[in-house]
Amino acid sequence: MSEERQIQLEVLRYNPETDSQPRFQTYTVPCVNEWVVLDALNYVKENLDPTLSYRWSCHMAVCGSCGYMINGEPKLGCKAFIHEYGDHIRVEPLAHFPIERDLVTVVEDFIAKLASVKPYLIPKEDKPISAGEFKQTPAELMKFKQYTLCINCMLCYAACPQYGLVPEFLGPAAISMAHRYNQDSRDGGRDQRQEVVASDEGVWECSFVGACSEVCPKHVDPAGALQQVKVASTIDWYKEHLMPWVKK
Amino acid sequence: MEIIKTDVAIVGAGGAGLRAAIALAETNPKLRIALISKVYPMRSHTCAAEGGAAGVIKSDDSLDLHFGDTVGGGDWLCDQNAVEYFINEAPKELLQLEHWGCPWSREPDGSVAVRPFGGMKIKRTWFAADKSGFHILHTLFQTSLKYPSIQRFDEYYATDLLVDDGRCQGLAALEIRSGEMKQFQAKAVIIAAGGAGKMFPFTTNGAIKTGDGMALAYRAGVPLKDMEFVQYHPTGLPNNGILLTEGCRGEGGILVNKDGRRYLQDYGMGPETPVGQPVLKTMELGPRDRLSQSFWHEQKKGNTVSTPWGDCVLLDMRHLGEKKINERLPLVRDLCISYLGMDPVKEPIPIRPVVHYCMGGIHTDIKAATPVPGLFAAGECACVSINGANRLGSNSLTELLVFGRRAALSAIEHLQSGLPASKDAALSAQAKASEDRIRALFDRSAGAETVAGLRKEMMHTMEENAGIYRTGEELQRACEKIAELRQRYANLALTDKSKVFNTDLMQALELGSMLDCAETVAVGARDRQESRGAHQRLDFTARDDQNFLKHTLAYHHPKEPPRIEYLDVVITKSQPGVRDYSGAKK
Repeated sequence: MSEERQIQLEVLRYNPETDSQPRFQTYTVPCVNEWVVLDALNYVKENLDPTLSYRWSCHMAVCGSCGYMINGEPKLGCKAFIHEYGDHIRVEPLAHFPIERDLVTVVEDFIAKLASVKPYLIPKEDKPISAGEFKQTPAELMKFKQYTLCINCMLCYAACPQYGLVPEFLGPAAISMAHRYNQDSRDGGRDQRQEVVASDEGVWECSFVGACSEVCPKHVDPAGALQQVKVASTIDWYKEHLMPWVKK
Repeated sequence: MEIIKTDVAIVGAGGAGLRAAIALAETNPKLRIALISKVYPMRSHTCAAEGGAAGVIKSDDSLDLHFGDTVGGGDWLCDQNAVEYFINEAPKELLQLEHWGCPWSREPDGSVAVRPFGGMKIKRTWFAADKSGFHILHTLFQTSLKYPSIQRFDEYYATDLLVDDGRCQGLAALEIRSGEMKQFQAKAVIIAAGGAGKMFPFTTNGAIKTGDGMALAYRAGVPLKDMEFVQYHPTGLPNNGILLTEGCRGEGGILVNKDGRRYLQDYGMGPETPVGQPVLKTMELGPRDRLSQSFWHEQKKGNTVSTPWGDCVLLDMRHLGEKKINERLPLVRDLCISYLGMDPVKEPIPIRPVVHYCMGGIHTDIKAATPVPGLFAAGECACVSINGANRLGSNSLTELLVFGRRAALSAIEHLQSGLPASKDAALSAQAKASEDRIRALFDRSAGAETVAGLRKEMMHTMEENAGIYRTGEELQRACEKIAELRQRYANLALTDKSKVFNTDLMQALELGSMLDCAETVAVGARDRQESRGAHQRLDFTARDDQNFLKHTLAYHHPKEPPRIEYLDVVITKSQPGVRDYSGAKK
């Protein structure tokens, strides 16, 4: 398990103060086979090149900081195992996001999109804390629990061809998060979220390629969420236009 | 330098910082709130907490029992008035999170479920599977988006507090993206910047846990309290220190040595309980300090299993079955399989104690106020002190909420106290001094010292000399070595001289914070000539209430080691007694 092997770690470098465009730099890294790619980057930072910049923290796939393109695929650096790769590994910043420096991307667009879907409970009924908890059965919890698992790592945005083409697209994680609250038995805010989610830049931009679900490290299945949102939004439309006497 | 004026500045946007921000925004929507963090809020290390949050809600439980467990668990070093406030507020805070949408695990009837945790006499730990901290953090972050008055400054690193006229009036911070310094003028500052576990090489803590908030207050003259108390969590994955929650044992997992013996019974935590039927407050549900110390003894006796990553004992969860493991401990299973290649459904998992939590921190009173007016602190960076010499698992997530909110309320009281006008020139001069300090790192020409080199020496020193069991001799060595490293740090130069997202600079600043914290750990531990909770001395094996029923206060000196003072522990209703975790007790 603790065998060592040398890999060539090819890392995208870009310093806006000195570089006119990104370039690649290759480091020779002695790796223990159980390492993840993040360990190799840390080896470089500590031993070979202190100028390399990248984000990371928890090293256990829950903080969502270390998303990179690894051999062209969006992955968490802390969950991409060296033993799953050959002797040459290429690391680039997440696709579809502007590069700030080296592997660090500008992520404001994602944060703004997440905020735009009102990703918080809009309670169905007012209830003071003194009245205790909202009851929610395990079955009701199961309806949305999967969508709570999103760690905001943005791998799904890097995988989404539509986000690459139409940067206005709300994207998989934000729409999944809206769906998460819509499905919560305590919530009554779906109408408010629909204004954003069912807009032109919302769920209808999705071309249902499903790449988001394939790369999701937490098995949130955003594609499934988007599909459900589409179906529900279609029903809304029919109700509104063909059966206006039926309340939503 | 750009000046940003605000009413309250919060440093740190994890559980405590977000909770404080929301409390400020809810209490007075007109307040200007600057939420400053070196990472985006959802990257904060609260996300890595697994097991849950303690709060009395079930009818078989009582506030008195939670009080007793906490104070005894802390080996009577807790301030009992703080514990009282904490346990009273705890259920309200956990319910508040429920009302904000936190996906707590549920009972079949739809009420919130609780699970057993170490050192607790009654099941009182609210949990969201084994991702409780993650869900708390995201619930708070998402809820904070409701409030337009919370202005976030993501990826800003606070470099120094601005203290003038005896009051804290803001801070200087580095915008990491641009490398530009900013001056935040604030009527009150709340520090909620987390612990300092990264002083040690083997830790559950993420890379960001570098004691920056502690060092910030410390350098501004606030003492760090009880820093010698560092918690080892008994069950970490041996190769990288990833945490396996106490929930593993709460659900019924057992610890065995190389002979398959449940060795905890040999360290005052017996008699053995039936496998799969955990009994509260004994055996595997003993407190963390005792469990980690038992490991050390087993290792000395040669009863541990040797693995490529060092000596281990085994955490056996096989008898829980796949269904329960998937339902209650899905992350644990995933972590074991991913990072160790072992499935807890099929095999016992090798584990060893790992640095997890700082009981000590910024000295505050029970209102989360530090001795410097206008400066407040909450969460792991603070020492209020409810955790005493050993924190009970699942008290810290609740602590973030209770004292995050309390810090906000105290900040508002401070704002209402009729503050005199601030002197811009004085504050700007301090901000400029902070900028100059950073610039010196750039201007200095490269010498022999590197961030990685000094950091490695610090970690090694702490692990070798300030671990689970300590001696005066080793601790003296640690004090000398850390003092030396602090001196050498003064000669550190950066390799990376660029401004944009310079992580070489970040790590240099973080190292400075850690060295400050590490010295308070070493000196506090050397001078505390007794054994209490997580601080165990081989040369002073007994608890000494005569001389050390006291908090250590460490005061910063720019060049010398910290000055140590002591402060009496607040005892209200529980006199120091015997910590009995034997199953034979009444």
